[in-house]
Amino acid sequence: MGDLLFWHRLQFGFTATYHYLFPQLTMGLALIILVLKGLARARNDARLDTAARFWIRIFGLSFAVGVVTGIPMEFQFGTNWARFSARAGGVIGQTLGMEGLFAFFLESTFLGLLVFGERRLGPRRHFLAALALFLGSWLSGYFIIATNAFMQHPVGYLAAPDGTLQLADFWAFLLNPWALVQYAHTMVGAVVTGAFAVAAVGAFWTLRGLHPEQAALHLKTGIWCGLVASVLVAFPTGDQQGKRVARHQQPTLAAMEGRWRSGPYADLNLIGQPNVEARTLDNPVPLPGVLSFIAYGSFSSNVRGLDEFPRDQWPTNLELLYYSFHIMAGLGTLFIAIMGLSALLLASGRLARARPLLWVLMLAFPFPFIANSAGWMVAELGRQPWLVYGILRTAEGTSLLVHPGQTVFTSLGFSGLYFVLGLLFLFLVGREVHAGPAGH
Amino acid sequence: MEMLWFWLVSVMVAIYAVMDGFDFGAGVLHLFVARNDGERRTVLAAIGPWWDGNEVWLLAAGGSMFLAFPRLLASGFSGFYLALFMVVWCLILRGIAIEFRSHVPDGMWAGFWDGVFALASTLLPILLGAALGNVVRGVPLDSGGYFQIPLFTHFRVANPVGVLDWYTVLMGVLVLATLTAHGALYLAWKTEGEVHRRCRRAAPRLWLAVAGLALVATGATAAVNPALYANLSHAPLEWAGVALFLGGLATVFIGLARDRHRAAFLGSSAFIIGILAATAAGTWPVMLRSTLDPAASLTAYNACAGPGGLRAGLGWWFIGFPLAILYFACLGRIHRGKVRAAEDGPGY
Repeated sequence: MGDLLFWHRLQFGFTATYHYLFPQLTMGLALIILVLKGLARARNDARLDTAARFWIRIFGLSFAVGVVTGIPMEFQFGTNWARFSARAGGVIGQTLGMEGLFAFFLESTFLGLLVFGERRLGPRRHFLAALALFLGSWLSGYFIIATNAFMQHPVGYLAAPDGTLQLADFWAFLLNPWALVQYAHTMVGAVVTGAFAVAAVGAFWTLRGLHPEQAALHLKTGIWCGLVASVLVAFPTGDQQGKRVARHQQPTLAAMEGRWRSGPYADLNLIGQPNVEARTLDNPVPLPGVLSFIAYGSFSSNVRGLDEFPRDQWPTNLELLYYSFHIMAGLGTLFIAIMGLSALLLASGRLARARPLLWVLMLAFPFPFIANSAGWMVAELGRQPWLVYGILRTAEGTSLLVHPGQTVFTSLGFSGLYFVLGLLFLFLVGREVHAGPAGH
Repeated sequence: MEMLWFWLVSVMVAIYAVMDGFDFGAGVLHLFVARNDGERRTVLAAIGPWWDGNEVWLLAAGGSMFLAFPRLLASGFSGFYLALFMVVWCLILRGIAIEFRSHVPDGMWAGFWDGVFALASTLLPILLGAALGNVVRGVPLDSGGYFQIPLFTHFRVANPVGVLDWYTVLMGVLVLATLTAHGALYLAWKTEGEVHRRCRRAAPRLWLAVAGLALVATGATAAVNPALYANLSHAPLEWAGVALFLGGLATVFIGLARDRHRAAFLGSSAFIIGILAATAAGTWPVMLRSTLDPAASLTAYNACAGPGGLRAGLGWWFIGFPLAILYFACLGRIHRGKVRAAEDGPGY
């Protein structure tokens, strides 16, 4: 494989997807920890403090891996995407620089105080440390989303005669409407991950008959947070995100649904396999008119098919984009169903006896990670063949002088390192879950 | 505006070197100055609250460089591709070693991570020093502003150059020695007992080595990049840098002789800042020198972003930077005085 672009994309895609497994958990948990600590203070309830302490330990582990896997992301803008950085750095460097000054310093300062400083700080200041961590991690998320939003839907820039993109309107760039919608969708998605993790630990302890008081508290926290977040991630945030794609990235919408021909009453396909060469969708199970309704608000709206667009504007990895979207949307629907049913049984006091559902809750925690990763794949594969939508093609953004002999070498290095990192993380989290809410 | 950003980025790089420098030094030294689990944890407790934030200065400096000098970042990062990934891997291993070490109370587990921590802490200053050496020596930038060099060639300072040659290796060793000596002073200041005693004993010897190496490196730099000294006549800031690092060095030895370890640590911080300031003032406005054609060098003028971005960046930089300093001041207040591992609990 001598394809330079392929290896740059694989390397960035792999390291980014792996990295985001951790921030989604920490950002989700940051909110849940804040809620637990806030309620503990409001109700003067020590059990909530114990639960918060348990999740702060998990948060610390996840945060550490998130930090070290995030460093390569910052470097790769320059190492792998030099021509993109040279052309767009004057714009996206703003948000990446702000992330360092405003978010990372906040997080790194208060992380140690949150994880190790409860006795030294006392309850009020420990709560403030949790608040600082929440603000830092969610701010960090915003700066990354704003950077990505510029690549999805560039605003606030001007193109200089030498081809570089320069910042023209700081606030238009920072408050890109695309960023606001994408941020809401992404952050609620992170809360889904955190809530499912909390519920899974509660379900595990309940099934085992361990720590009954904490197990019940975990189930309650995980399920209510999970239900609210699962609904919000679909509606209104996911819905709005879809409408943005429908308006600004029409070939992407067509590719997400495997739609070749234009027309009204467009189908939403529950399942099916896109055949790009034959320009068909094999074995479809359609919901007639639903895509038109979701995209434009009326069943009779015309949804343009890929046939209308020149082939060099189609997303380059159409099959993966199609499946990523269906995995994300399918799992998102399942999450609402699982959390809705769990909440019903919880409210009526029958959850503890519903062992099959507890099994489902326990085993479901990996799926939000998959759904969030798939969601990012929809965003990033859907943006193709553009690096900055409509302005700069991905093929024009690579580092020209870096050859595949180098990218394959470092990609293999990352694979090995990240594999070990994943094992260590699971081992340490497993130890914490095993040790229980009181810790070692 | 270009000059302002040049100095803002330089300030952040200097803060990074001083701050992450002491925890690198602690990592290099800890196998020698801390011999049992309690002592190792004392070392970790001394740097625990700091190291993560210290590392953020690298990312923050990189971010500011990205927005102000995108061409420099693009060219430098892609040109040093392999070397930078080695830096990244060391940063990953080092962070994980510090964070995971104390999670399992087991001698083999802790011992393994202590080794990883020491190894990564030793390699990083060498790599970063070599990077500094490359900036001073120059790289084969073509007229398009890009380059790509192998990790090593013939170890002579002549084209085709590699990342490692005798000069850049010398700079790597200098930086390793400096940060080790810097870390020794930090640990002498912040710890008590055996760790304190061993650091106090090692520091004068380490600093003599640093002084000797600095002298050799100054001569070598004159041979490799004479232009750096040609600026001396009209660069008052370069004189200030020189004065700072000489004064810092003197403060280190005086502080050591009088057992004033905080003063000595501040002296070594001044030494590091002085060297970097003198280098920056000497190279201005060149940021990455071309060994092929001086006209192809990347300067603060030809590598900078458009005026709109530079102006907007200044607006938030002057809010964010004081905030960061404020956080560090708070942290310093909370963790003032000597550390005791047992009180700070596991992890630190």
